[in-house]
Amino acid sequence: MTGPDTHTHDHGHDHDHDHARTFQPDIEDSPFSYYQIMAQALGELLIDKGVFTADELRAQLEWIDSRSPEDGARLIARAWTEPDFKKRLLEDVNAAAESMGMDAGDIPIRAIENTPAVHNVIVCTLCSCYPRGLIGLPPDWYKSREYRSRTVREPRKVLAEFGTEIPDDVEVRVHDSTADLRYLVLPMRPEGTDGMDADALVALVTRDCMIGVSLPRTAGE
Amino acid sequence: MDEGAEVVNAQFGIGDTVRVRRAYPPGHVRAPYFTRGKTGVVDAIAGAYRNPEELAYGRYEGKALPLYRVLFRQSDLWPDYDGPDGDTTIVDVYENWLEAAEGGQG
Repeated sequence: MTGPDTHTHDHGHDHDHDHARTFQPDIEDSPFSYYQIMAQALGELLIDKGVFTADELRAQLEWIDSRSPEDGARLIARAWTEPDFKKRLLEDVNAAAESMGMDAGDIPIRAIENTPAVHNVIVCTLCSCYPRGLIGLPPDWYKSREYRSRTVREPRKVLAEFGTEIPDDVEVRVHDSTADLRYLVLPMRPEGTDGMDADALVALVTRDCMIGVSLPRTAGE
Repeated sequence: MDEGAEVVNAQFGIGDTVRVRRAYPPGHVRAPYFTRGKTGVVDAIAGAYRNPEELAYGRYEGKALPLYRVLFRQSDLWPDYDGPDGDTTIVDVYENWLEAAEGGQG
C-alpha cells in the first residue's frame, strides 16, 4: 500500500465476520450512573444560575485534561540536582512550581521525601485526592476500592503487587490525603546517575514513583 | 477565604498524643473510619481550613479548624498488622475529631 487512498475494503483479513454488525459502542450506549447524571445536572444548573459560564467550565476541564506527570517530574529532577531548589520544594510545592512557570492549581501540595530509612506512599482512602495540577488525572486503580482500602491495611503487599519490595528495615509510611492538602513523593535519586543533568533525569521520574507505589527508573532502563 | 490560614489557638502541638473520637455520625464525615478511637501523635499542623463537614451542606459559617497530620503506628491501627513494627500511616485530621490522650498505645 502506498497511502490511505489505495485502501480498499479487501485488506487482507478473512471476512468471516460482518463489519456492519461489529460497531464499537458509543459512550451513550452504556447506562449513565446516578452520579454522572447528578454531576451533569449540577453543571447545567450552575451555568443557568450564572455561577460560571459553559466556556469557563469547558476551560477548566481542558486545563485538568492537559495536566501530566511531566511537570512533577521536572520538579523532582531539579530537586535532585539543586539543593536550594529541593529546600524550596519541601517548603512550598506550589510556589516552587510557579517559579518554574508551572500552574500547580490552588490546592496546597506538599512534597514528602523518601530517605534511606522511610519509603512513602500516597493514598486517599475516602475518595481520590491527588496532586492533579502536577501529575495529571489519577489512574483508575488509584480510585479503586482495592487500592484505597488495602494501601492503609497492608501497604507492603500492595507495593509488592506493583513490583516494589521495600526491605523490612525501611519504614513504610502511608499518607492518607483525606483533607485539604495533596501529596507528592520526592523519591531518592537513583544510584549511578551522578553524570546526568536535570533534563536527563526527568526521564527517570515516573508518575508511579511520585505516588510512591514504585521507584524511579534507573539510569540504564 | 480562609483555606490554609495560619493556625491560631491550636489545641494540640507537635508531638502531642491524640485520639480520634470514637464517634459515628451520619452524613459527610472526613475522619476515616479506621482511625476512630485510635491513638496517634501530632506530626505536623497543616494550617487551618473551613470544616468540610459543614461545607458539604453549603454552610460557610464558622471559623477555620486547625488541620493536623496525625502519625499512627500500623500496629495500633490494625492489631493483626504483620509488617515490621516501624511501619506507620499519617492521616490528616481536623481538630473537631481529636481529643487529648495519654501517651502510649491506643
